[in-house]
Amino acid sequence: MIYFDRVSKIYSPTSVALEEVSFSIEPQEFLSIVGQSGAGKSTLLKLLLAEEKPSSGKVFFESLDMHRVRNSDLPKVRRRMGVIFQDYKLLPTKTAYENIAFAMEAAGKIEEEIQQDVPQVLELVGLMDKAWHFPSELSGGELQRVAIARAIVNRPDVIIADEPTGNLDPINTWEIINLLEKINELGTTVILATHDKDVINSLKRRVITLENGRMVRDEKRGRYVL
Amino acid sequence: MAIVVQFKRNIKQGFINFWRNGWVSLATVLVMVLTLFVFGSLFFSNVLLTSALKNLGDKVDISVYFKSTAPEEEILAMKSSVEKLSEVKSVNYVTRDQALENFKERHKENALITQSLEELGSNPLGASINITAKDPSQYESISKFLESQNNQSIVDEINYKKNQVVIDGINSMIQSSRASGLTSTIVLAIIATLVAFNTIRLAIYTSRDEISVMRLVGATNNYIRGPFIVEGVIHGILATAAAMAIFWVLLWLGHEQLLFLFVPLSPVFNVSGVSTSQFFGGPDLFVYFLSNIIWITLMLLAVGIVLGVISSLIATRRYLREK
Repeated sequence: MIYFDRVSKIYSPTSVALEEVSFSIEPQEFLSIVGQSGAGKSTLLKLLLAEEKPSSGKVFFESLDMHRVRNSDLPKVRRRMGVIFQDYKLLPTKTAYENIAFAMEAAGKIEEEIQQDVPQVLELVGLMDKAWHFPSELSGGELQRVAIARAIVNRPDVIIADEPTGNLDPINTWEIINLLEKINELGTTVILATHDKDVINSLKRRVITLENGRMVRDEKRGRYVL
Repeated sequence: MAIVVQFKRNIKQGFINFWRNGWVSLATVLVMVLTLFVFGSLFFSNVLLTSALKNLGDKVDISVYFKSTAPEEEILAMKSSVEKLSEVKSVNYVTRDQALENFKERHKENALITQSLEELGSNPLGASINITAKDPSQYESISKFLESQNNQSIVDEINYKKNQVVIDGINSMIQSSRASGLTSTIVLAIIATLVAFNTIRLAIYTSRDEISVMRLVGATNNYIRGPFIVEGVIHGILATAAAMAIFWVLLWLGHEQLLFLFVPLSPVFNVSGVSTSQFFGGPDLFVYFLSNIIWITLMLLAVGIVLGVISSLIATRRYLREK
């Protein structure tokens, strides 16, 4: 479904983010990418989102070469990927409901569908009662749950989570990870970048380990080893 | 269908953003009001300048004084030949009798002159024609024409030579004030535009993170841009309304001779108790304002909306550019 073919990202000779990374992701897989800060996790995800161009190599999303997709077609492809960030990246001038609805509006969904789906995903992440709160009125865990709701509301093929628990306490971390597992069980591919040892060890799913931009391990039931 | 839905959402979101951005929106509108005020003031001062210069230009003329022996037919023949010139706006013929009447009228207080005239018994004054040109710069060629007519037998004096210095002075004044008026209009307009543009850019700069988030959740560039353009239009409309209200009040105060209410300004401009029409010798701007209110509104509205929309387009372009 997703295929990285000998991808390198070199910012400058002294700053190599990724070097000759190749791997593929199957549909409905739950893949964790681990590594220390600066190992290249975020760069890898940015390449998949076509936010950055690789210096060499290719990134495929199904049959699409992500970096040959025309700019005007990129929004359509991105609607098939739900993104979750460490800093949530919610729109501060919109309520929780509106943040989620925005992703649907941007995708051109009709009003009836929006009014039906947004409450559903809010229910799923357990935030029905906070629907009309602005981000400044929500806690970190709640914000991340809104972000997850926004990421899944367009029923994407893949969820890309970049350190989603980096700012959260252990209890909230588990809630978020449980949500991601639930989403995965419902049939969505999940790519999780993290450096949280406990999370990786309890997931017992496929783990790719990055070290200084190189892929050093790819294990089916991986553990956090660094 | 999809486009209609997108259009409706953009408009709705534009209004919501305008409202939620509160202070930023207010600041943007205020700066735009200032910009429109500058534009409007330039426009009105141009109206005043033009009419003042026109008044001045109208006061200039060439008079041809005829000898008192000159036969009337020849004078009339000359008058009609002058009238045929394309540069000439009007020719006013003052007969000998009229000249005498005018003279008497002017000096009726002066017993000595009145007495001398009575003693003289006959009319010592010659007839004259007053020529007004369409444009003050054309007096030179009219004067050349008059001189080329070879009519020394009837013409006593053409006063152009005498007035030439004054006429030339007025000409150069009109030209230079037009030029400097245009230059200052352009310069001020550019400055005002840049200030407004910069304010809108700053307002959008605060939204740059949101724009990147919108792109990540798959919004197209047009969809992201839409609400900003709508906001630009709202800014333009509100700023126009405010600027028109300010002009209304200021010009009304001028019309009602109440400008002295602006106590700090009155010693500078020395306008206390003087309406704008008296002050500039031009038209009353308030009357002008009211009779052209639709055009002035449309003009400011066009400037405001174009400024708002173009600034939004340029400002968002930066953040929408792909990689």
